[in-house]
Amino acid sequence: MKQLYEPIIGLEVHVELNTKSKMFCKCSADYFGKEPNTHTCPVCLGLPGALPYINETAIESCMKIGLALGCTVSEISRFERKNYFYPDLAKGYQISQYRWPLCKGGRLQITGNSGQDITIRINRVHQEEDTGKLTHVGNETLIDFNRCGVPLVEIVTEPDFHGSEKVRDFAKKLQQLFRYLGVSNADMERGDMRLEANVSVRKIDMSLREDEDDEAISNMDGIATPFGLAMTKNVRNDKPLPNYRIELKNINSFRFMVAAIEYEIKRQSEALEKGEKLTAETRGWDQVKKETYLQRSKEEANDYRYFPEPDLPELRIKNKELRIKEEMPELPWNKEERFVSEYGLTKDNARILAESNDLAEYYESVVKLGKQKEMEPKQIANYLINQKPDINKVSPEEIIKNIQSKSAGIIGDEAELKKIAFDVIKENSESAEAFKAGKLGALNVLLGAIMKKTAGKADIEKAKEILENLLSK
Amino acid sequence: MNNNITKLTLIETLKALEEKQFSEKELNEAYLERIKKLNPSLNAFLMVNKDTKGIPSAIKDSLCTKDIKTTAASKILENFIPPYNATVVDKLLEKEIGIIGKTNCDEFTMGSSGENSAFGPTKNPWDLTKVPGGSSSGSAVAVSADLCTFAIGTDTGCSVRTPASLCGVVGLKPSYGRVSRYGAIAMASSFDQIGPITKTVADARLVLEWISGPDGFDSNCVEIASSKTPRNDTSISLSTGVIAIRQLAEKQSLKGLKVGVPKEYFGEGLDKGVEKVIRGAISKLKDLGAEIIEISLPYMKYGIAAYYILVPCEISSNFARYDAIRYGSARAEFGPEIKRRIMLGTFALSAGYYDDYYAKAAKVRTLIKQDFENAFNPPAGGVDVIVGPVSPTVAWNLGEKVNDPLSMYKADIYTCPVNLAGLPGLSVPCGFSEGLPVGLQIIGKYMDEETILDVGEIYEQNTNWKEQKPELSF
Repeated sequence: MKQLYEPIIGLEVHVELNTKSKMFCKCSADYFGKEPNTHTCPVCLGLPGALPYINETAIESCMKIGLALGCTVSEISRFERKNYFYPDLAKGYQISQYRWPLCKGGRLQITGNSGQDITIRINRVHQEEDTGKLTHVGNETLIDFNRCGVPLVEIVTEPDFHGSEKVRDFAKKLQQLFRYLGVSNADMERGDMRLEANVSVRKIDMSLREDEDDEAISNMDGIATPFGLAMTKNVRNDKPLPNYRIELKNINSFRFMVAAIEYEIKRQSEALEKGEKLTAETRGWDQVKKETYLQRSKEEANDYRYFPEPDLPELRIKNKELRIKEEMPELPWNKEERFVSEYGLTKDNARILAESNDLAEYYESVVKLGKQKEMEPKQIANYLINQKPDINKVSPEEIIKNIQSKSAGIIGDEAELKKIAFDVIKENSESAEAFKAGKLGALNVLLGAIMKKTAGKADIEKAKEILENLLSK
Repeated sequence: MNNNITKLTLIETLKALEEKQFSEKELNEAYLERIKKLNPSLNAFLMVNKDTKGIPSAIKDSLCTKDIKTTAASKILENFIPPYNATVVDKLLEKEIGIIGKTNCDEFTMGSSGENSAFGPTKNPWDLTKVPGGSSSGSAVAVSADLCTFAIGTDTGCSVRTPASLCGVVGLKPSYGRVSRYGAIAMASSFDQIGPITKTVADARLVLEWISGPDGFDSNCVEIASSKTPRNDTSISLSTGVIAIRQLAEKQSLKGLKVGVPKEYFGEGLDKGVEKVIRGAISKLKDLGAEIIEISLPYMKYGIAAYYILVPCEISSNFARYDAIRYGSARAEFGPEIKRRIMLGTFALSAGYYDDYYAKAAKVRTLIKQDFENAFNPPAGGVDVIVGPVSPTVAWNLGEKVNDPLSMYKADIYTCPVNLAGLPGLSVPCGFSEGLPVGLQIIGKYMDEETILDVGEIYEQNTNWKEQKPELSF
């Protein structure tokens, strides 16, 4: 049974944009933790006569994401209506994109187990709007429309994943990208970023079209997911895709997603091995039972009756692309490469320092200062990675000073001295207590112990200051 | 005295107020008195505002009015009080136009006769046994019976022009995108347009000026550069501010104007009496100097079919919001015509049918648009306006077509292609057949309301149809 089945996974990622106002009205999009139904208006409540009006900043954010992922931005795209009933969907349809997405056909590289590049193809990046939020209290359900109409971007990959870790790596890389671009906080727990995985498995030695059920495949485009048809046509190594897929939905952490995918691979492989037939389903993750559970079967799938949104004009992107490209920051993976080539960092160190734009910028400002003092960028990188100073509190100048004294043999680093002082206080508790009781001379005993421990290399002024601080608490 | 006040056009009323011939209070009292007497038999108003101030206008009940019940003549919204005003309402209020009442219409504006209202049909003031035309039935009747100075209607396939034609008043459907739809309860979003129903063409011009222009709420509403023809500008200063009135110099001729007459507008189904009146109006245009050119709109014959696929598709989606969760009553309360259209549209958009219905109808729509473009643009046609009938018949009997949806849909044959193409269309009274009014439809180029208003106004000044009023006994 082991290794007999190969997982095939495609990912749909939703990310809420951090624009000031909502996608189609002037309400504030900053809804998290706000009093329910206070960020609403006739438009996002779907009142009779209300109309959507496009938030251009959101469109630009969507373009940034698309461009960063190497997509082509469509010169003409359209909003479309996805019709379905749910109490949190005020208008009875979601304004989304289906046949004419804003961005198409990109890719993102992730690193394989043996360090090789793996390309994940991006089918599309499109713009849509979020729904309201339901809260179930006893027998009642409450609806909060504050989130209804918040701009949402959906990123859809081709089924290019063959393991759960790569899904996580990819998702984390996207999260990093969203934060770099400044388009979203991309917080999983708050629901800024949501993952849906389409998982199926196929026999590794499956010969072409062996187990295939033609009817089931032709039925796939009857499923109201945009890529039913496209996915059945995509093949890897000339092998057809399985004739079913399981959609994992509403999973709000990378860890749970990995667990859910692992669970599904096992469940599906075992089911197929037993000769069972799998059909399209939507499943959720039960973190208590550590298993997936059925949410909706294919028979219950919606027919979304997509059609062009008649309230909105075609979206024409003219001369916008160049300006937006110029506005975009250096992308994290480009920054990593530059850190390696420009500063001679190791790949790992470059990755750590480019983790967030803030840290990367901080590093580069220290490098700039260090240059005047002939300090090596590598040395600075090592210091920042090993000492992990709080970049919001310690200035780049202080970092330079600390590195200098460290290389002169003097231990001036506060964190390091603090650690030693702690140990010394513990070891000389009598003197410490005596100092606290007012016997100021006892401090010299402790200072002496520090100098002994550091072979006389501690910055004595700093050590004194640290001791006084620690003992006055 | 009172009847003299209510007979006045909007512009005459503004001038009379400026000259202090009567006060705003007297004006409103005169209209309220007339409404009190006539509305019970006409059923034009669903709500009358007894505290009205300013110039009394009548607003179709499918337009949202803040703190004033807006039912769209449906049981669903019987108790719906909007928290906001439609843009058009706001723009009128800025000019200190008052709302004397909300007018009856076909439920959610779906209908061509005015009979689909959940609150009873409106009656035609020229003959109480006849339909007034719909869906803006109450608005057209209110103008025709002098129950307001002017009214606002909406037009998705015929709904301003048909009732205007059947009631003998002026009705303008502006180009799609000229007037913001924000706050007009949607029927079919890519067709709906708000327009004035008035006693004269000059009044329609003034009201259009007040209500048009983008508002930051309707993405399809755009700014246009207008006023290409020099005309007499007069301004009136009222207590409410200065109102500029742009009128044509009197008795201007139509010399140099090319008028297209599509042969498809005179085919089978056109009532002989109506045809005679329309032909008469066309020869009047010729007498006034216009060049009459026969043209063809070959795809127009598919207009009704395409219209009654695309419109229900949009309806099936637009009406999903009436789920009775946030407002309104349960969906069971929808009238039969709405249920029919929701089902038609849901079917036409379903997986496997989309290409055969929606997509194909959308292609036909493009072809119809091209038909008009060919007519307006040289070398093919090069005409300035297109004229023809509004309705194939005069007002028909109440109850005559209400149980035969197909024959009701066919009443839109000359009007709905204009909505498919997003063009402006004007209905101007041009005579009578069987004692009932007939309207001449003047169709213009996209965003060229100026020209159709000019033609309409010159025609109106050189005929005396606007003097004709229905005789209403008290």
